[in-house]
Amino acid sequence: MKFDTPAGTNPIDQMKIVGRPTDRIDGPLKTTGTAPYAYERHDVAPDQAYGYIVGSAIAKGRITRMDTSLARAAPGVLAVLSTLDHAKPLPLGMMNIAHLFGGADIAHYHQAIAFVVAESFEQARAAAALIRTDYARDKGRFDLEAAAPTAPFEPTGDGPDAKDIDSVGDFASAFGAAPVRIEQHYTTPGESHAMMEPFATIAAWEGDKLTLWTSNQMIAWSKGSLAKILAMKPENIRVDSPYIGGGFGGKLFVRVDAVLAALGAKAAGRPVKVAMQRPLMANNSTHRPATIQTVKLGATPDGRLTAIHHSSTSGNLPDGKPEVAVQQTKLLYAAPNREIWMKLAVTDLPEGNAMRAPGEAPGLMVLEMAMDELAEKLGMDPVELRIVNDTQVDPAKPNRPFSERHLVECLRTGAEKFGWSRRNPKPGQTRDGKWLVGMGMAAGFRNNQLTKSAARIRLERDGHLTVETDMTDIGTGTYTILAQTAAEMMGVPLAQVRVILGDSDFPASAGSGGQWGANNSTAGLYAACVKLREQVAQRLGFNAADVQFADGQVRAGNRAVPLAEAARGGVLTAEDGIEYGTLDEQYQQSTFAGHFVEVAVDSYTGETRIRRMLAVCDAGRILNPKAARSQVIGAMTMGAGAALMEELAVDKRFGFFVNHDLASYEVPVHADIPHQEVIFLDYPDDKSSPMKAKGVGELGLCGVGAAIANAIYNATGVRVRDYPVTLDKHLDKLPSWT
Amino acid sequence: MKSFTYERASTPAQAAAAVAGRQGAKFLAGGTNLLDLMKLEIETPTHLVDVQDLKLDRIEKTEKGGLRIGALVTNTALAADDRVRRDYGVLTRAIVAGASGQLRNKATTAGNLLQRTRCPYFYDTNQPCNKRKPGTGCGAIGGYSRQLAVVGSSDQCIATYPGDMAVAMRVLDAAVETVKPDGQTRAIPMADFHRLPGDHPERDNVLEQGELITAVTLPKPLGGTHIYQKVRDRASYAFALVSVAAVIGKDGAGRVAFGGVAHKPWRVEAAEAAMSQGPRAVAGQVFADARPTPDNRFKIALAERTLASVMAQAKG
Repeated sequence: MKFDTPAGTNPIDQMKIVGRPTDRIDGPLKTTGTAPYAYERHDVAPDQAYGYIVGSAIAKGRITRMDTSLARAAPGVLAVLSTLDHAKPLPLGMMNIAHLFGGADIAHYHQAIAFVVAESFEQARAAAALIRTDYARDKGRFDLEAAAPTAPFEPTGDGPDAKDIDSVGDFASAFGAAPVRIEQHYTTPGESHAMMEPFATIAAWEGDKLTLWTSNQMIAWSKGSLAKILAMKPENIRVDSPYIGGGFGGKLFVRVDAVLAALGAKAAGRPVKVAMQRPLMANNSTHRPATIQTVKLGATPDGRLTAIHHSSTSGNLPDGKPEVAVQQTKLLYAAPNREIWMKLAVTDLPEGNAMRAPGEAPGLMVLEMAMDELAEKLGMDPVELRIVNDTQVDPAKPNRPFSERHLVECLRTGAEKFGWSRRNPKPGQTRDGKWLVGMGMAAGFRNNQLTKSAARIRLERDGHLTVETDMTDIGTGTYTILAQTAAEMMGVPLAQVRVILGDSDFPASAGSGGQWGANNSTAGLYAACVKLREQVAQRLGFNAADVQFADGQVRAGNRAVPLAEAARGGVLTAEDGIEYGTLDEQYQQSTFAGHFVEVAVDSYTGETRIRRMLAVCDAGRILNPKAARSQVIGAMTMGAGAALMEELAVDKRFGFFVNHDLASYEVPVHADIPHQEVIFLDYPDDKSSPMKAKGVGELGLCGVGAAIANAIYNATGVRVRDYPVTLDKHLDKLPSWT
Repeated sequence: MKSFTYERASTPAQAAAAVAGRQGAKFLAGGTNLLDLMKLEIETPTHLVDVQDLKLDRIEKTEKGGLRIGALVTNTALAADDRVRRDYGVLTRAIVAGASGQLRNKATTAGNLLQRTRCPYFYDTNQPCNKRKPGTGCGAIGGYSRQLAVVGSSDQCIATYPGDMAVAMRVLDAAVETVKPDGQTRAIPMADFHRLPGDHPERDNVLEQGELITAVTLPKPLGGTHIYQKVRDRASYAFALVSVAAVIGKDGAGRVAFGGVAHKPWRVEAAEAAMSQGPRAVAGQVFADARPTPDNRFKIALAERTLASVMAQAKG
């Protein structure tokens, strides 16, 4: 189905099942520990052997010698793979720059250099420790701050249109003439996805055919990447990933667990399972890159922005991409003059790549702090400053409107519900015993991305529906919203729909990433359901145009037939997908939020404790408010981590992230997360898809960090511009404790 | 993990002899730290002597009016004991400030004293660490040292003792009772139990090979207000940046020990005379010989401010 004109009224608009807060249908499996995650699929292949990954001990250089003889001779060992078995690195998968295995060269710390397969996990681990490796170390570039001044521009745009500096109007003149100005520098650290389930795969060969039971967000990408990396025909590879214990972008790509499980299974002649050891997770895989950012804002005394500069420098391995922290600044606020650029330094730290809300997450942490600083300088309420600068069109292309944009309502609603009027605009004034109390807010913004997605739906003989797509559920509620979509379209109760996901033998979906999963995957299923409705109508002898599907019946005029009747003569199967025209070129499609936070800072110790958080979200039709709320509060929690504690600490001498386990890379615990509230403005977006939905899973993170940091400033009067805002950064400037 | 042999001892003397008689042997109690370190091959014992059957799991009164805490009393049981809660509140507060409920159910009193440092360079076997592998150097000096020691450190090691319980025991003047392989017993004051790293950071404490902790004794109750304040980046389940254990009387006099700042619970008794002059006077003496890194210099101010918080709480 091609979606190239705004959606009219369709069966989803009935909202009998879609749009209702619905328990996740996979919930009981998750809460009883019976949802089989990749490493636990003991039943899928017999006689599974265990793999253990060895990571490089250096960050940059090459291996001069590796002795695996002791490991090979160790008890229970079935195979030992060395990176030196391959003359050069295996080909790269899609969208990655660091090779996963092969060759003597080391590009980053903990890059996989060997893999031991044994009868038991303990034997594999013990044998892995017997491998002796000699290295020749090269001097690496591990210091972003040192590399930034000479880093080259990273052009924005594509092809010949790419420009070093994205300019609108004349920033320099406008900024110079602006009556009120701020100019500040900020940093955000590298962050790790730190998902609960590590990378994990079971691999089994049958002749030339390879099956991988794994944990991956993007099944079609990964199948293609595996074919490339392993030099196989795609049709000989099957990837299956029905349950994923968190990914946050870390599992968008094929990682070394899948590659080594496949190679190890071949070498050992039997199925092999592997879960990446936790201490390897931070350095072996990708991370959200650190940034150094500058924001300059010029405004009139009444708060209208006249000039915006936003620049960001990040680092990556050669051929890598920047963290696009300036992305939202092109669209969030009106201003006739703007100047936006990025620079990209070459560093030899592990690969930087997507982590939940790439670009906007660190970009808004900075832009929205700068807006707070400007509001203070203007003597203006921070909420009003954002409202004054709202735009309903793409500021660079005024004839290109937003499809739906209700940011102002997010901010006004949030301010009212949160009690924003009780905030003292003068920082450092509000006390509650030893606590310094403050409120902060920020706007949230994240684009809505349209990407094709397909699904298959079957009407079984007993009247049940089966949905099959390679779409993934990364803990987001995808199973449930797909079932809701099918149930709504076909007029059956939710319990009559069975959803099977994550199998590469199924139609290719949007996958899970970039908050595009919900809208696109349900729209793809919508298309398949439209086809199935036609088939049902035809088989039952209805004129397809005027048939209604409701209460398990197919109706037209005075005639009603049970839906199941249509399959009596044989199962009906429909497969289709959604493809998009140019609606996202004609209309800017984005999602919006107002984030409000109250914090208390211990006036003695500088410890920050969040007291309450509110997000008001404008993200199209909310398909399942319960699942969407879970997404948003999870994202708000991630924002709390980013604001207060998460930082991949770099050892600039040895070139690695030092805090590479969950004891030292701190993410929020329950005690850090107080009352959280989420309000959805329900504005269906008819430009986004027949579902009229948009993404919400990343929006919940965008702006949260700045809202928290702004609240800390309001509490203490001390502005910390280097995230995370840990106590050591403001302790010496806090009001005296005496 | 390297292969190891395993036995279960039935008496303290037998356990001590079993470890003393074997190179590379270690005691195993709750295992919450040792087993993790073995999986990473930071610890590589060849033989484990499991002491869980030694019946050292009672808390009883001493003749001097204090308490004798068996070596195998769990953290949970110790923190919940009515007598400890009533008379040694700083100890209960310190224990529940650490780890998680699950870990405290398994961790023992003796094992907690022997918890090893959480220095990230100690934990990464690719990195130099004099504590893990003597003579390889210290990766933390000049590296990422935000969590590490500011006082009592050496050019060989800036690791901290990471625990909370021992900081409270230090302020309470507890003593560690042991039995040696030859059957001799001794009581080591908590002040002397943990070492400073000096030139031998591989040795955390003064125990000899095969010397088994049988109990920790507490002197008779001190009275006063018992406070344990632990400062960290998140609200729970993190090691202290700085902690303060204090027992403070109505007159403002008292005792104070600091955690998260040194290779041992850090207490300078002479500084306690300055309690009436306020936290700055005390902290100035306690950290007079501090040698922080640029990463952890803040801990000195933090310790002073945390002490100020504790003293304000004691005033009520």
